Amino acid sequence: MHNDNKHIASAFDRDLEAIQALIMKMGGLVEASIKDAAQALEERDVELAEKVHKSDKAIDKLEEEVNEEAARLIALRSPTASDLRTVLTVMKISTNLERCGDYAKNLAKRTGVLVNMNPITGAATSIRRMAREVEEMLKLALDAYIQRDVGMANEVRHRDLDVDQMYNALFREFLTYMMEDPRNITACMHLHFIAKNIERMGDHATSIAEQVIYLTTGELPEDARPKGDITSQKMMDVEGE
Amino acid sequence: MNDMRIVKRDVDMNDTKISAKGVQVFYGDTHAIKDVDVEIKDKTVTAFIGPSGCGKSTFLRCLNRMNDTIDVCRVEGKILLDQEDIYDKRVDPVQLRAKVGMVFQKPNPFPKSIYDNVAYGPRIHGLAGSKADLDVIVEKSLRRAAIWDEVKDRLQAPGTGLSGGQQQRLCIARAVATEPEVLLMDEPCSALDPIATLQVEELIDELRENFSVVIVTHSMQQAARVSQKTAFFHLGNLVEYGDTQQIFTNPKDERTESYITGRIG
Repeated sequence: MHNDNKHIASAFDRDLEAIQALIMKMGGLVEASIKDAAQALEERDVELAEKVHKSDKAIDKLEEEVNEEAARLIALRSPTASDLRTVLTVMKISTNLERCGDYAKNLAKRTGVLVNMNPITGAATSIRRMAREVEEMLKLALDAYIQRDVGMANEVRHRDLDVDQMYNALFREFLTYMMEDPRNITACMHLHFIAKNIERMGDHATSIAEQVIYLTTGELPEDARPKGDITSQKMMDVEGE
Repeated sequence: MNDMRIVKRDVDMNDTKISAKGVQVFYGDTHAIKDVDVEIKDKTVTAFIGPSGCGKSTFLRCLNRMNDTIDVCRVEGKILLDQEDIYDKRVDPVQLRAKVGMVFQKPNPFPKSIYDNVAYGPRIHGLAGSKADLDVIVEKSLRRAAIWDEVKDRLQAPGTGLSGGQQQRLCIARAVATEPEVLLMDEPCSALDPIATLQVEELIDELRENFSVVIVTHSMQQAARVSQKTAFFHLGNLVEYGDTQQIFTNPKDERTESYITGRIG
């Protein structure tokens, strides 16, 4: 149950709006980081990667701000019902976003290493496509949050399957490259971590979408989250292919 | 239900103590309570919340027939205490009120000594065989109300000379002295400071071991702190009744949500 009516204490409304504005600001920075990091990787742009690295500090700072504001709201306003859920979800979402920021930073760091190696054909382009998908999921999840839209949130949850499949494909591809030529191993290991991190970002976007469902309905979705990452059961069967 | 306190105590909350069915209350032409059904569980604290004039106090007063004293008041429907209709003609309201005790908003000790305040109920109901028995009841009641240590040396001093918080606890001691099965509390803490309020709340939680407690409160935080079940009244209707945790985290009715989150609705 969500309530659009105003509080009698208008300062309470302002506090809740302010903390949600922080989340949106954080979301904007994280989306930009993912985009820039993937572009830097594909275009082998060290300067852009450096920019991503730096902007992570701002994201971390925003997360701290969100936590402080949330603690203040709980202490001073004793939120209940949808207000309580707003504060709880804001805290969780800020953690999700902060982790996404860390992954983008990590991507940027690895880019700094990868530019000194021979490029792996097509890998950076595939990774960028995957990053774009995750960035869109994140955007959709945050839009769903602002609009309290369960339908949009569910769409995010289902799109995570696509990301998982992209990751599975890349995983197989990297295995093949490494077996073909051991000199590819270093680059492929870095690329694999990058792909895995982007896949994790997709999970965080999904988690945000689940928070939207909790915020709006009061309950977490009951059906198990669709999962498509099957690499944990993957054996070295590429030789046969 | 995820209330840790209940798990710890292992209290069987499934027994219904009071069952109200289709209760309607009229004050003359005013329809104050509209068709309320509610089951109050044994050994449970049930909180009634709602804006002023919503009928929560009126309904509370139906549970021990305090509304009988108001001439224009008419009660319809059934209220069963342990399956027995309390509005049955054969029921003596005085006996009923010994079973269903009440604590009011303002502390109202009798203008008697502390001892006599507590001894009054057991005396009129003949619960004590001797002076020694009565002494035991008085001490036990004052201990239960967490005020014994503060008054044990001046039991003959007037009850009205105590502080507000002490007076309220004295009234609670008086209410529990007759060993009631249900304790009704109509905003018992509204005249108390925060510390005395917490003491009374702690007491309510302890009383739950022996009684079913129904508390009317304007403080939603108090309802959240002390109760396991919460009922939200609005304009004479029982809008929502459920586990306190559910009411405060995920109310099903929009009116409940608006009220507990402090919105105009």
